[in-house]
Amino acid sequence: MQRTGKLAVTVVLLAAVIGGVGFALSDLTAQPVTVDYTSSPGQPVNVTMQTLGSYGHGIHATWVSYMTRSPAGRWLHTTIWQVPAHTRVNVTIYQYDSGSPLRNQQTGVVEGTIDNVATLDGKVFSVINSSAGNGVGHTFSIPSLGINVPLYGNNANANLCGAAPCTTSSPHNVIKFSFRSPGPGTYPWQCFVPCGLGFLYGNGGPMQTVGWMDGFMKVVS
Amino acid sequence: MPGDGPGLREGSPEPATTGDPAPMPPARPPSGSGPAREARHGWRMVGLWVLLSAIADPLFYYLAGPHIPPGTMSNTADGAQFDFNILLIAALPVILAVWIYMGYAVVNWRASRNGPDPVGGPEARSNLPIQFTWIVVTTALVLFLFGFGTYELVQPEGAGGGQGPAPIFMPASHDVLAIQVIGQQWKWTYRYPTFGGFETTDLVVPDHTAIAFHVTSLDVVHDFWVYQLGVKADANPGQDDVAYTTPDQLGSFVVRCDELCGLWHGAMYDWGKVVTPTQFQSWAESTERQLAANTRFLPPFAWTYTPDANGADGGYYPDSVDPYSPVLTYGAKQPGEPLPATTTGKDRK
Repeated sequence: MQRTGKLAVTVVLLAAVIGGVGFALSDLTAQPVTVDYTSSPGQPVNVTMQTLGSYGHGIHATWVSYMTRSPAGRWLHTTIWQVPAHTRVNVTIYQYDSGSPLRNQQTGVVEGTIDNVATLDGKVFSVINSSAGNGVGHTFSIPSLGINVPLYGNNANANLCGAAPCTTSSPHNVIKFSFRSPGPGTYPWQCFVPCGLGFLYGNGGPMQTVGWMDGFMKVVS
Repeated sequence: MPGDGPGLREGSPEPATTGDPAPMPPARPPSGSGPAREARHGWRMVGLWVLLSAIADPLFYYLAGPHIPPGTMSNTADGAQFDFNILLIAALPVILAVWIYMGYAVVNWRASRNGPDPVGGPEARSNLPIQFTWIVVTTALVLFLFGFGTYELVQPEGAGGGQGPAPIFMPASHDVLAIQVIGQQWKWTYRYPTFGGFETTDLVVPDHTAIAFHVTSLDVVHDFWVYQLGVKADANPGQDDVAYTTPDQLGSFVVRCDELCGLWHGAMYDWGKVVTPTQFQSWAESTERQLAANTRFLPPFAWTYTPDANGADGGYYPDSVDPYSPVLTYGAKQPGEPLPATTTGKDRK
């Protein structure tokens, strides 16, 4: 091989290696976008999310997921949001998924919210018996703050939404609750229903991935 | 042990460069007999070592010892601290022996500037008394540590002997409070079987009371680590690992997971409290009332639970199991054995 040819091959291989490493790094370090709710300091913050049984797009079309609605009203595939410190946070969750008994009924209790209650389609509740009715689809929990809210499931036989973003034309429940944000910091939150279909104990896949069933609440001063 | 120093005379002239073989320089004349001088070096080092060890060990024990982790918040923590102190007291003279020998050698047997390289004599190849002493002393030290460690491990309420699915001792007290610790991705929950079996995220324990932690998991392997109480037990699904402790001091402690268990392993921690028995009684009774609405939905208390019996949306329960059965909810596997002799909170004074 001519010297020029060897040089060309070397350059191409080097570029391929550098490109591969760069792609891997960018892919591994990529994070979902952060929805910012801090534009009105001193005012209560309204966080709106939805849960759906299958995202319906991309390589993880069958994964269950949370989504977050931006202040502009657009549904984003993210579970990271930012709120001001020491502020009332009003959360609304549109629950589009079915339910089942909880692995641990302890997470059927509403805890850490204002007055330790939430509302399900307008009715106040403090505990859900997950072995009755449609069971619990998911939970919204921030363990470090003692916050836990079970999200009542929909009838599995109904024509449930199967692709994001779901709209209120599909069967759904609306769960509302409020809590006061703590001091500045980053607080992981998660779902406590092992809803990773097809993974060991149901705890793999979306249950282990930020942007799906896990997220961060960033609290800023 | 070095002998009389370099075998070449210091400041020997450079060999001639004429091509003739350089003459071997004469050996340095000994200043006193070799063995006697060697013995003096040896006794000096031994004396220095004994003196410094006699100073360092008590200083360490009385000044640093009380601050060695994990502290003295419980009898098991106290036992762990005592063990650490004994091990460090045994290790300090060994460390000092190495340092003293190195320092002594640097001061007394260093090569002079511009001098010839030292050459080893017979003593550099072997020294039977030193080798014998070294083997005897280190063997005795290792055997002592083995015996001490084994005794500390298995003695009642020792530093770890009580842990595992089949504890090898029971606390001397018959007044043992059982608390079930349940690990799940990613939080700890606690059931108090003597208070109606309520389950909570708060870990509260009374001081000066023997506690039996029954540790299990609902999914993967976790590890229940209460650093300040000197308690550490694996949380395995389907297994009841027991760990005993008796808190001695009031205050807060941290509960961590010490087994890499997934995405939020690093966030799987919370705080517990040691309170007085009266405060504990009040807390337990009020929490029992407060959680009564949910306790009736919990499965019957069991030592272990089978996560496969309820896969939620994961579908990991066997086909023959009805996941909606209230009896099988979160897979209660009945132990078929009574609870250990535990206090019923009402009996507590």
